[in-house]
Amino acid sequence: MLFHKKGSGKARVGAIAAIAVSIALVATGCSSGGGDSTDGGDSDNLAITFLPKNLGNAYFDTSDKGGEKAIGEFGGTYAEVGPSEATPDAQVSYINTLTQQGVGAIVVSANDPKAIGGALNEARDAGVKVVTYDSDTDTEYRDVFINQADSAGIAKVQVDLIAEQIGDAGEIAILSASANATNQNAWIELMKSDIADNHPNITVVETVYGDDDDQTSFDKTAALLQTHPNLKGIVSPTTVGIAAAARYLQTSEYKGKVALTGLGTPNQMRDYVTDGTVTAFALWNPADLGYLAAYAAKALIEGDITGAESDTFEAGDLGTYTVGADGVVLLGDPYEFNKDNIADFDF
Amino acid sequence: MTNTTTVTPTRVYRDYGQPLWRRLLVNRESAIIVLLAVVIVVAMLSVRNFDNPITITYLLLDVAPILLIALPMTLIIITGEIDLSVASVVGLSSVLLGTLHQAGLPIPAAAFIAIVAGALGGALNGFLVTVVGLPSLAVTIGTLALYRGLAVGLLGTTAVTDFNEFWTTLAKSKIPGTPIPSITIPFLILLAIFAIVLHFTPFGRGVFAIGLSSEAATFSGVNVNRTKFILFVVAGAVSAFAGIYYTLRFGSARGDNATGLELQVIAAVLLGGVSIFGGRGALHGVIAGVLLIGVLGSALRLANVTSDVINIITGVLLVLSVVSTSFLFWLHKQRSQPRRIRRVDTGTPPA
Repeated sequence: MLFHKKGSGKARVGAIAAIAVSIALVATGCSSGGGDSTDGGDSDNLAITFLPKNLGNAYFDTSDKGGEKAIGEFGGTYAEVGPSEATPDAQVSYINTLTQQGVGAIVVSANDPKAIGGALNEARDAGVKVVTYDSDTDTEYRDVFINQADSAGIAKVQVDLIAEQIGDAGEIAILSASANATNQNAWIELMKSDIADNHPNITVVETVYGDDDDQTSFDKTAALLQTHPNLKGIVSPTTVGIAAAARYLQTSEYKGKVALTGLGTPNQMRDYVTDGTVTAFALWNPADLGYLAAYAAKALIEGDITGAESDTFEAGDLGTYTVGADGVVLLGDPYEFNKDNIADFDF
Repeated sequence: MTNTTTVTPTRVYRDYGQPLWRRLLVNRESAIIVLLAVVIVVAMLSVRNFDNPITITYLLLDVAPILLIALPMTLIIITGEIDLSVASVVGLSSVLLGTLHQAGLPIPAAAFIAIVAGALGGALNGFLVTVVGLPSLAVTIGTLALYRGLAVGLLGTTAVTDFNEFWTTLAKSKIPGTPIPSITIPFLILLAIFAIVLHFTPFGRGVFAIGLSSEAATFSGVNVNRTKFILFVVAGAVSAFAGIYYTLRFGSARGDNATGLELQVIAAVLLGGVSIFGGRGALHGVIAGVLLIGVLGSALRLANVTSDVINIITGVLLVLSVVSTSFLFWLHKQRSQPRRIRRVDTGTPPA
């Protein structure tokens, strides 16, 4: 085929130039929009950036809003960045970027206890304070960890709730996750000893395992109610279990007769609380978690705490907190959700 | 018709229709390099902290796996095939390195086994494509799932993280006195090998020939199946090497490491001017394509642009690059068509 050299080269250059200009415009447009938002002062750089496991996760949306509220109260600069997938390698890129930006502190929920450690230490070498929340890294990679709840608190709130709902007497059963779930087993042991010590009229007749599977948990609930006709209450220390049990109770003859409580999320439990199947359940309040993490970051930046044991700091509406062993700050007792407050939460 | 033998029409081949300097400077690869330079300059002027040397360090550390895998991927796409399983091989190699190290093997031995496993994975792709004769798109979608499944199955949802400090530090280290990470050295060595093989050897000419026409290549003496098989094996081995780097850099062997990386690699290769239909492409364009995606991502993250928007911009860029190639080709045909007719018209009356 014949080839004509006139024209085609110029057209190509023209088109390429057009693409280059448009991309340059895109790049400048975006940067002018967000470029100066992390600008902090020289002395106390209160630019605090939240890096959740991933974006678009209702739980972290709630917690990071709590952080934003706190940062607004003390006049810092709030930002939230994060990957779309909850993977550690994606978080590393963001930690590197935040190091380059020279933010005051990173508040991060780790996708891996170790994989993001190197990047976090580079950030700390550059003077950035690191607070982990919700999900911790190994202790050598962060300044403080904001722990949402400890085992004793989680066990106690569930025993208190069920005791209140069944009049502190009668048979109860436990619907757990899998038989070898570390967290659940620890909580169940603590619940049993709490009941034995403080609630002598309550008997735990059986512990069944729904394997954190919706259908299995549903079937186990049905079996429990048939095996124990005198059952007055069920405690399910897992979000999958409590939702499945509530779904069974809602349409059964036991609705309103057998009490149900445990650990659940407001969005899963809203219907059952509204129609009276469940009176109250517990979980920590993610908004408070973010709020406390933001204040801990502020205290680190301003040098009020270093993350050493028994350091204390003020956390706005939540009061005064003390750093425990290994730089862990405990949020406090789990939060109780009921008909009156469930509408305030969306996660 | 008898006089046609005496007239020797000056046939000008498309590729040699322009002077040397124009062929070298005005082409798709140069366009991407210019675009890369423009984006870098714009980012330096408008994005805070982008002009910091540490940007280069983090940028190269981040794109190193993409750069590495883009080398064999370029050759595979030039032959008209594709390998979608590369990111899963990265994951599998990561898990193998982790589990073997946990079982007590030193890192070099575990890395060697992981690379051999990667090459075997590539060989399976190559076998199914060349011997069984299945399309590489279908084969590697299958092995994408297969190798990822093996990786996650071997390690479950846990991670191996107790790697020797020496190796993890080495993976992140910089060439002394520069902000350039050390991983650039093995990459440059591989780049030199791939560039020589692709652009200066009969094997490389065969790769282009297969992409233009598999049958014509066969008749010109290119062993099509052998060439493709070798490329898939090399892609597996290089992906496994990238997996080892990935694992040591993050100090974490996980089954879900590098999920979705294949799309970034293929995007960069296509952006770099390699034709998805095969037969066209050059490595310097691909390197610029990888760096362009990396620089854009880095600059936009520094400008606090969310990951979704970065994905949108990268996606638009890729579509534009593919569309522009087709558009320019169409434009070229439109312009040359009337002239050819005219020449034919003026040529016929004497005959």
